[in-house]
Amino acid sequence: MVGPPLRAEGLARRFGGMTVLAGVDLALETGETVVLLGPNGAGKTTLLRILALLLAPTDGRLLLFGSDAARAPAALRRRIGYVGHEISCYAELSAAENLAFYARLFRVSEAPGRIARLLAWAGLDGTGRRPVRTYSRGMGQRLALARALLHEPDVLILDDDAVERLQQQLLELRAAGHSTLLATHDVERAAPIASRLAILHRGRIAWAHDGRGADAAVIVAAYRAVVAGSA
Amino acid sequence: MRDALVILAKDLRIEWRTREGLSSVLVLGVLLVVVLTIAQDPSPETAPTLAPGVLWAAFVLTGMLGVQRAFVLERENDCLAGLLTAPLDPAAIYAGKLASNVVLLGVTQAVVVPLTGLFLHLDLVPRLPALLLVCLLGNVGFASLATLFGALAIRVRAREIMLPLLLLPLLVPLLIGAVQATCAVLVGGLAAASSGLGVLAAFDVIFAVAGWLLFAYVVRD
Repeated sequence: MVGPPLRAEGLARRFGGMTVLAGVDLALETGETVVLLGPNGAGKTTLLRILALLLAPTDGRLLLFGSDAARAPAALRRRIGYVGHEISCYAELSAAENLAFYARLFRVSEAPGRIARLLAWAGLDGTGRRPVRTYSRGMGQRLALARALLHEPDVLILDDDAVERLQQQLLELRAAGHSTLLATHDVERAAPIASRLAILHRGRIAWAHDGRGADAAVIVAAYRAVVAGSA
Repeated sequence: MRDALVILAKDLRIEWRTREGLSSVLVLGVLLVVVLTIAQDPSPETAPTLAPGVLWAAFVLTGMLGVQRAFVLERENDCLAGLLTAPLDPAAIYAGKLASNVVLLGVTQAVVVPLTGLFLHLDLVPRLPALLLVCLLGNVGFASLATLFGALAIRVRAREIMLPLLLLPLLVPLLIGAVQATCAVLVGGLAAASSGLGVLAAFDVIFAVAGWLLFAYVVRD
């Protein structure tokens, strides 16, 4: 399976009579960090859940590594790391136990060494044996990122909040050449991480920028204009 | 199968560590047995016909509590999303959760059955193998259906009400078969329970296969 990591063509999603996504076209190339901006209710989470294969689109097509995502989802899941709003880790298990559990499900080879390295990278090596319920929000998000990177995915998909507490880790991932799609409404923090930006508003991509020469002020102005409905 | 065992091991580890599900289920089970047996105060002649109702009322009510707890684990921190993004068949999640529900209900049965015998002055020892078979078949049937509906109920708002509303009407055939088989075992032995056991076995097969096939549609949006 070769091809660009992610290509969405006319993705639409309706919940009952409510249209949340109304035809989204989006691409992620190898090594890029695409930041998807949008206010609450813009459809970011729905779009990211579709891209992470947690939700089926009502219409449109999703290609992952050149393959139709509807046809071989299990094989494609192995190539995606996803961090949602919640950390998807069990509160009563330790960070190391959570990662060991997911390592078995993802068939991670040499799991103990990989887990130890990821815990150290996430700054959790000193607290890796403590139950996750004792973690702060930031520690939980670093653990969620470590969980998403555990199986060495080709694409990382991150939903909201992450940019606030994980900026350092996201910059490191960008420098290491990871392909990352990040959704946030934190425009100013997102700008330094992005190699490309798009604004999702009312279920559509309302504005896109190739990232070159985009400083925070330009992006903030575009964002405000889109959200105010004047773009 | 391997993935189901990984999920079962995780659930048992969490349960062993917190004992939240098991303790609440056991307390409820013991309370139900005490109340139901003391309320009836049966004679030695009527005790074998009362025991099946006491046992299965206790199993169903405690079982529903256990199933809800099993899926609360997956709802906390949206752990279900973590499972669904893993490259595994959703049927493996069903099998793992089913197995953990069977284990939890099995532990409850191991406490409730002897207690019922004690309160009703029934000598269960000679009938224990046959009674274990009825309990096991009833346990698997209950867990097959309850695991499927437990996954469905966590997605709705009034989940504590939804699970009994969805589950209890469909459990009627299982409960009739289980009560008949238990009564037959206590009064006449295993041979007398064949029709009830047949109902239980058929229920188990139908709803285990249905759960295996439908679980993916229930847990995914």
